[in-house]
Amino acid sequence: MIIAVASGKGGTGKTTVATSMALSLQDMSSEVTFIDCDVEEPNGHIFLCPQITGSDNIYIEVPEIDRQKCTRCGKCADLCAFNALLATSDEVIVFPEFCHGCGGCRYFCPVEAVTMMPKKIGTVEKGLAGRVKFARGRLEVGAALSPPVVDAVKKHSTDQGIIILDAPPGTSCPVIHSVRGSDFCLLVAEPTSFGLNDLDLAVQMVRSLGVPCGVLINRARERSCLIEKYCREHELNVLMKIPLSKDIAGAYSRGIPLGAVDGKWNKAFRRIYRDIRELVANEGNNRYQR
Amino acid sequence: MKEITVISGKGGTGKTSVTASFAVLAENHVITDCDVDAANLHLLLAPEIMEVKKYWGMPRVEINAAKCTGCGLCETLCRYDAVSGGAVDKLLCEGCLVCYHACPAGAMRPVENLAGEWYLSRTRYGPFVHARLGVAQDNSGKLVARVRQRARDLAEKTGRNLIITDGPPGIGCPVISALGGTDLALVVTEPTLSAMHDLVRVLDLAAHFGVRAAVCINKWDINPDNCRAVEDTCRDMNVPVLGRIPYDPAFMAAALEKKPVIKMTSTVVNDIISLWDCVKKELGL
Repeated sequence: MIIAVASGKGGTGKTTVATSMALSLQDMSSEVTFIDCDVEEPNGHIFLCPQITGSDNIYIEVPEIDRQKCTRCGKCADLCAFNALLATSDEVIVFPEFCHGCGGCRYFCPVEAVTMMPKKIGTVEKGLAGRVKFARGRLEVGAALSPPVVDAVKKHSTDQGIIILDAPPGTSCPVIHSVRGSDFCLLVAEPTSFGLNDLDLAVQMVRSLGVPCGVLINRARERSCLIEKYCREHELNVLMKIPLSKDIAGAYSRGIPLGAVDGKWNKAFRRIYRDIRELVANEGNNRYQR
Repeated sequence: MKEITVISGKGGTGKTSVTASFAVLAENHVITDCDVDAANLHLLLAPEIMEVKKYWGMPRVEINAAKCTGCGLCETLCRYDAVSGGAVDKLLCEGCLVCYHACPAGAMRPVENLAGEWYLSRTRYGPFVHARLGVAQDNSGKLVARVRQRARDLAEKTGRNLIITDGPPGIGCPVISALGGTDLALVVTEPTLSAMHDLVRVLDLAAHFGVRAAVCINKWDINPDNCRAVEDTCRDMNVPVLGRIPYDPAFMAAALEKKPVIKMTSTVVNDIISLWDCVKKELGL
């Protein structure tokens, strides 16, 4: 069972929810895995304090031009869809930060002057936090392309046990690479006009991927009906509410997960997991069910 | 002409609220929203859209089944696993067109991809360039570049000397695109361990691209110890802290009332005004 925790807007509480949920489920399932897919700004480790046991570098292949062989015909630069190559009369200049590693320049070079060289764009680390298996991706500072790092860290999901994915904010490519292939997406929303606007974008994104979703309202107040109204209108289940609370905000600032603030949250997350399992079963999408 | 770009690393620290307040306080400026995949600034500025432009993203490919011989070359060449069994997965396709150029039967066809819209609007606080990336679209960096270019052209044409940009969260492609060539990156952070971790990464990013950075600590009083740690970090990294803003319910209330927080009745207004004064000094305005 793969559950992605996402939100359009940043800072709504994805990481709090994803880490607290992983910790609360560790007694319930033989195997719980937490995967931090927010590779630009991963924060799950702050709450889970994992022992890191291994690390792999992630590379994409960028072109290197052999100046001896290159005839400066310019075919590679003409073909490059990402403007990563510039052919002048003297040489072909590579801009590796624009390269998406498609390999077209190498394939089409008529004189085999292009070799693909690995360029490090990030790392994937794995470890253990209590009984929770932990993996996180980290994009190299200055690298633009996060989806390959997301794909690499997601390889740590198995088809056993419960896998919680902490997705990045937004609705574009890094989020799509994170949420795609999940059994369920839990959308964390806050009751502000920003929160509502971005929840709507996130719901459209998740539905375009064909992943069933539900909503968790964070920083809920008595009059936080705008999100609930939206959910009613769009046939979304509100699975849980976490109140606006100074205690929770203070704990968050120190990297303390919800279950450690009050044990009642562990129960609440186990319940939300059971609700999600039921929703997924109802969707007839129970590939990963044990 | 000067440009200030408000970023944060971590999302939800108050970028948009701060940017909207600057938009109210500044004079003779253009406002832009470069958080194109979850744009919010328009919610506070009540824009009247004057001009809508289509944004064409990277093309996608389609396979003409009548021409396809099933040789499988496209599948072998695609680095994104987007082609399989004679069909293209449009969500995985990055539009490199290698398969299109390579197909010996000419069976691949590039298809234009309407990936969003961008707008030129009028607001009470000045002209506003913003955008909306389509759902599940890629290459937000290119759209960010488009929005910034339009803002610069507009500022030049109308003799405006300042661009105020609301940036995206994170450190990846749209952030890099929003930072290139800006005069000051103002990082809005908060004294939480998560935001502090992200602050260091985003300051490293600014340094990597040679962009001058400064910091504003929002909700500083939710954890005064962490706030001091943020100030220490900034001192070590040689980055000025231009202001501290306390936690104030006025931020949430303003977002609900859809107006810039500077328009609320609260002591936080003075903190934002003095932050803006420091920003102006830093920009040499």
